[in-house]
Amino acid sequence: MDMVVEILSWILLLGGAAFLLIGAIGVLRFPDFYTRLHAVSVCDTLGAGLVLIGLMLQGGFSLVTVKLLLIFYFMMFSGPTAVHALAHAALRSKLKPLVDDHESR
Amino acid sequence: MEHLIDIVLLGLLMITGFAIVRMKSLLAVAMLTSIYSLLSASLFVVLDAVDVALTEAAIGAGISTILMLATVALTSDEEKKSRHTPLLPLAVVTLTGAALIYGTLDMPHYGDPAAPVHQHVASTYLHDTSREIGVPNVVTSVLASYRGYDTLGEVTVIFTAGAGVLALLGYRTRRRNIEGPGIRKLVVLRVIAKLFFPLILLFALYVLFHGDYGPGGGFQAGVIFATGFILYALAFGLGNAQRVIPQPLLRIMAAVGVLIYAAVGIEGILLGGKFLEYGVLADDPVTGQHLGILLIELGVGITVTAVMLIIYYGFVSRRH
Repeated sequence: MDMVVEILSWILLLGGAAFLLIGAIGVLRFPDFYTRLHAVSVCDTLGAGLVLIGLMLQGGFSLVTVKLLLIFYFMMFSGPTAVHALAHAALRSKLKPLVDDHESR
Repeated sequence: MEHLIDIVLLGLLMITGFAIVRMKSLLAVAMLTSIYSLLSASLFVVLDAVDVALTEAAIGAGISTILMLATVALTSDEEKKSRHTPLLPLAVVTLTGAALIYGTLDMPHYGDPAAPVHQHVASTYLHDTSREIGVPNVVTSVLASYRGYDTLGEVTVIFTAGAGVLALLGYRTRRRNIEGPGIRKLVVLRVIAKLFFPLILLFALYVLFHGDYGPGGGFQAGVIFATGFILYALAFGLGNAQRVIPQPLLRIMAAVGVLIYAAVGIEGILLGGKFLEYGVLADDPVTGQHLGILLIELGVGITVTAVMLIIYYGFVSRRH
C-alpha cells in the first residue's frame, strides 16, 4: 500500500515538474505577450497543483497535508486571477494581440 | 544534496543580480528585486532560518515590491542615463568586494559548531529558553524577551520611518470618485479579492499569535495584514480602502503600537521588576513571559501594519 502511494506521489511530482518546464519553455518560445501568458497560466496552475497533490500524498494524514490543501486552494484561485488581471491590464494599455491576418498574405 | 540546492539558489541569485544591473526598465527591475528576495527567502529556508525566510518573503518579495512599483508609477519607467564614467564606482565596488572576500578567509567554516557565534550567548539562549520562557520557538524568545530592548528600538525605527514618509509626502484623503478608472470591469479580481481579504487577515492573526510556537511574529503579521488591505485597495479603489481604515486612524495606530510595547516595559518597573522584564507581569514567571511576549508582538504588529499602510497611501494618493 505504501509502495503504491509512494509511486503515485512521485508520478504526480514529476508530472507537475514536467508541466512547469513546458510552461517555462512556452514563455521563451511563444511570439507575443498574450500567448506567453497563456502558456504560463495553464501550465503553472496544473504543474503547481500536481506538485502539491504529490506532496500531500507524501505527507499522509497530518497537519502538513491540511496546510498543503490550503495552499492548493489558494493557488487554484490566485494564479488564474493574477493572469486574468495581467491580461486585462495589458489590453487596457493598448497592447495589441498578435493576430494571424489571412487577407494580408 | 543540500549543497546542490545551495549552488542552484546562489547561482540564480547571481544571475538575477546581473540582470538587475543590465536592465533599463525600472518596472522590470522592481519585479527582479522581488524574485531576488524570494530566492533569498528560499536560501534562508535551506539554512533552517524559517522566521527570517518568512520576513524576507513577506517584506522583500511582497510589500516592498508593491511600494517600489507605486514609486515607479509616480516617476519615470526608464532609467536615467548616467553622465559620468562608471570607472570610479567600479573601482570602489571591486576594492570593497575584494576586501570583503579577504575578510571571509578568517571566518570559521560554514556550519562549524565551534564558531565563536555559537559559543557566546547563543548556547545560553538555547539551553534556558524552555525553562525560563517556556516557548518552543527560540527565535521568538530571543527577539521578544532576551533582546526585547533591541526590538523596541526596531519598532521605534519603523515608527520614525512612517513619520518621515508622512512628513515628506503628506497625504490626501479622496472623498469622491470611489471607483478607480478601469477597475469597474474587473469582476473576477473583485470577487477573488473579496474571497481572499478575510483569509489574509486571518492568516496574519495566526502568524501573530502563533509566533511563540512556529515561525512568525509581529513584524511578519503586520506586513501580511497590510498586504490584505493593499489587495483591497487595488481591487476596490483607494477611496474605499480609506473608508475602511482611514489615514488619521493609521497615524494613531502607528503610535499606539510603540506605546503598547513601551507600556509593557514600564509595567514591569511598576510591578517591581526591570524595564521589559515580563516575569513579574503574572504570578508565575513563565505565564508572565507568555503574556509579555504576546502583548509586545501585538504592539509590533499594530505599528508595522499602520506604517506600511501609511507609506502605501502616501505614494498612491499622490498619483491623482
